[in-house]
Amino acid sequence: MNEPLVRVENLTKHFPIRSGVIIDRVVGAVRAVDGISFDIQKGETLGMVGESGCGKTTAGRTLLGLYPATSGRTLIDNLSVHESKGADLMKIRRKAQMIFQDPYASLNPRWTVNAIISEPLRVHKLMGSKSDRDDRVKELLELVGLNVRHMNRFPHEFSGGQRQRIGIARALASDPLFIVCDEPISALDVSIQAQVVNLLEKLQDQLGLTYLFVAHDLSMVRHICDRVAVMYLGVMVEIAERDDLYERPRHPYTQALLSAVPLPDPRKERARQRTILTGDVPSPINPPTGCRFHPRCPIAVDRCKAEVPEWKDVAPGHKVACHLVES
Amino acid sequence: MTTTQNLPDQLLVTEVESPPLTLADLTWRRFRRHKMAIFGAFVLVFLFLYSFGGAFFVTEKYANKTNTKERLQAPSAAHPFGTDTVGRDILARTIYGGQISIVIGLTAAFVEVMVGILIGAIAGYFGGKIDSLLMRFTEAMLNMPTLLILIIMSKFFSDKIANVNILGRTISGSVIVIIFIIGLTSWPYLARIVRAEFLSLKEREFILAARATGTPNWEIIFKHILPNTIAPVVVNATLGVANAISSEAYVSFLGMGVRAPTATWGNMLENAYRYIETAYWLWLFPGLLIVLITLSINFLGDGLRDALDPRSRTV
Amino acid sequence: MTDNHTFLEVKDLKTRFHTPEGTVFAVNGVSFSLKEGETLAVVGESGCGKSVTMMSLLRLISIPPGKIECGEVIYRDKDLLKLTESEMEHIRGKEIAMIFQDPMTSLNPVLTVGRQLTETLRTHTPMNPDQCRERAITLLDWVGIPDAKNRLNDHPHQFSGGMRQRVMIAMALACTPSLLIADEPTTALDVTIQAQIIELVKRLKQDVGMAMIWITHDLGVVAGMADRVIVMYAGFIVEEALVDDLYDNPLHPYTMALLQALPRADRRREKNLKSIQGSPPNLLAEPVGCPFAPRCEFVKERCVRENPILTEITGGHKTACWVDVKTGGLR
Repeated sequence: MNEPLVRVENLTKHFPIRSGVIIDRVVGAVRAVDGISFDIQKGETLGMVGESGCGKTTAGRTLLGLYPATSGRTLIDNLSVHESKGADLMKIRRKAQMIFQDPYASLNPRWTVNAIISEPLRVHKLMGSKSDRDDRVKELLELVGLNVRHMNRFPHEFSGGQRQRIGIARALASDPLFIVCDEPISALDVSIQAQVVNLLEKLQDQLGLTYLFVAHDLSMVRHICDRVAVMYLGVMVEIAERDDLYERPRHPYTQALLSAVPLPDPRKERARQRTILTGDVPSPINPPTGCRFHPRCPIAVDRCKAEVPEWKDVAPGHKVACHLVES
Repeated sequence: MTTTQNLPDQLLVTEVESPPLTLADLTWRRFRRHKMAIFGAFVLVFLFLYSFGGAFFVTEKYANKTNTKERLQAPSAAHPFGTDTVGRDILARTIYGGQISIVIGLTAAFVEVMVGILIGAIAGYFGGKIDSLLMRFTEAMLNMPTLLILIIMSKFFSDKIANVNILGRTISGSVIVIIFIIGLTSWPYLARIVRAEFLSLKEREFILAARATGTPNWEIIFKHILPNTIAPVVVNATLGVANAISSEAYVSFLGMGVRAPTATWGNMLENAYRYIETAYWLWLFPGLLIVLITLSINFLGDGLRDALDPRSRTV
Repeated sequence: MTDNHTFLEVKDLKTRFHTPEGTVFAVNGVSFSLKEGETLAVVGESGCGKSVTMMSLLRLISIPPGKIECGEVIYRDKDLLKLTESEMEHIRGKEIAMIFQDPMTSLNPVLTVGRQLTETLRTHTPMNPDQCRERAITLLDWVGIPDAKNRLNDHPHQFSGGMRQRVMIAMALACTPSLLIADEPTTALDVTIQAQIIELVKRLKQDVGMAMIWITHDLGVVAGMADRVIVMYAGFIVEEALVDDLYDNPLHPYTMALLQALPRADRRREKNLKSIQGSPPNLLAEPVGCPFAPRCEFVKERCVRENPILTEITGGHKTACWVDVKTGGLR
């Protein structure tokens, strides 16, 4: 097996909660990501799914070094993200990029499209002259399907889908190897989602990109991803090849999650037996002891409350964190 | 059958249906609807022309020419605004005084803006201990009685700076002192506002995107965040001009501000209090001009605030 | 069980917004009807007019800049558009209730949940305060909020997103309305919470026997909930059908395109998603011709000239299209 492009080892991110009037004291922590480990191979699309509070967005940002890690490490193309500084860090920033969820907030409203897309070129000093940069921007605009005549317009003049394309062009400017896509289509209409997803796939084929696709839409994740990881309350509960996960989910949370996804097929919907979870997602400030899912789990036993389950292989390429799943 | 473009992969998007309005257009349109702001703008233009254009009709020498025989004359054809305690024509003095008052307003506001932005940006962006330190300092400054400081500093420094020669005119060194003192005591308001803007803007996704690109901090501060804080800075700077003019008037009225031979609307009031009832023209005209300029700047500021408010979606 | 009795009929509803940037043609002649106990889903993407239509029905549109230009909304022999505001106040909350996407902004953050519930009851029913309180507890129980009695004294922010939506539902159902209009009530919720709310609503509907209009953009949710579906685009209804018919046999190119753009969680990936070319319509222009023509793969010359009328093709299945999508030729 080849060396993976991205390797995450026990990545943890806690946000301290401060309190106090004159002197800030740390009174607790939001344990947003609590020790996750996985690899991503070159050219692969790994999906990361979970509901609100599961830590997937924080995981994506932390692994790129946008948040300092509380512990653990990330290696991208053999460079350690959290230990790099200066020129090494800039190398990582060139190779690993991000696409954001909100097309309205992820572009500077006072900058032209040209300025936005060429920023990586300027910051990394990738092109000699302004006209070289302009040429590259035009190339990128064409690559993402936008009209080059709109180079000097402002973000508010574009629709949501078009802004998302601008964000993609910006991410591609420095010729990255790896892109973290943080819910890139959640804020878009259904008909535009398909456009953007098709574009992302075309770019992956054309440029040999590797993606981490963070999302909550399980149907879209099945469509675009090669492997899928499921997160719950800061920990990873299952990871498998795409079809393996959807057809043979082993973790009770994954099963409940898949059972809750509405299908655009009335007969199937009527015939379905759903596993409805009770209660709400607990807070990441005080996660439950042992297995974090045990308060809502339909098959929990005493051991689940006391002991944190091991992250283990249950089939080739299929890992689960659950006491009750046999290999 | 498709009559629209032949799209190999249905990926192309059609023309941007852009509104014909840029951000500047939108701002101008909103401003236009604020009648008081337009009125304020007109009055300001008038006052500006009065002070700087008026210099073409009246020389400074004439403004400073004393003539004890003609002292304390009521407004007449020869002296439309009357004469002061040493016989100088008040109309002429308001023209030249206006120049100084306006210049003091503009430059003091400039100093205020520069210092306020610098401190607010650094405190807001870096947060933590730097923020705490800078904010404690800012709050300390806010709590000081600025007028008192103005008076004390002015009294102490004004005599020490020599007169300056600009464009053939002799300007008292006290003007420079006043400009700096006003600027250096009024920045805290702007610093707090800029800091608040930075605190909220730095959490926005486009800033995270800039960090993901590898953009260095100083570029993020000055090229990314600062342009997005134009609205409150402009509004505050505008009001800062009015504030500077009033502050100068206060201090000069008390005799601690701008010294002779330079006239300002403020120091023209200096001796007027003894003649409040007997020679109303001594305080009426300069006072009216001060009120007029302060009010019109405030109206303008109001209009700008509404026009630049990004939350206001209507045009 | 459902009666075959039509109790709501909307005829040619048109709503426009007069803004400084121009007139927004939000709803352009919408007609549909609803039977007792039926669940009608209204599907479309943002800007299609689905929310504005329902808000117009209940006269919740802000009158400047909005204006209901024409149309009739016949609710049990009364035209809601012709009632006075105080007569409408007797309808809203009591006969027709509405819940929205974001319960945080629909609930008053400074009042307790109990107070908001009892207020609705006091306004619309002759019950005294104690009876109202009892009923409020029953309602919270009914929507699945544990420890209802004590939760009456909590404020909205003390509930999670899913719980708040349940409280909204409780408030909406407090006076047992005949019709519940739900505007994207689960869009902002996690998928497991969404499943909980949908189960709840289905159960309540059966208990109470009320009709429901469910506005959404999610064709998966529609498949699981609706009896009938209308699809909207640019302020027009482009297709109307019983739910099985819509998914088995979509007649309008837009409906077809939407279904083909959907990925499936229950199937292996077969091919690329078929995206719809072009961008959403500009509502600032008076509609000429079929609004979907610029993006339609079946477009004909007639489509650009003439806006097709919603016509019934087979039993209960209507479409507004000149083209027969099976053959590709004009009907």
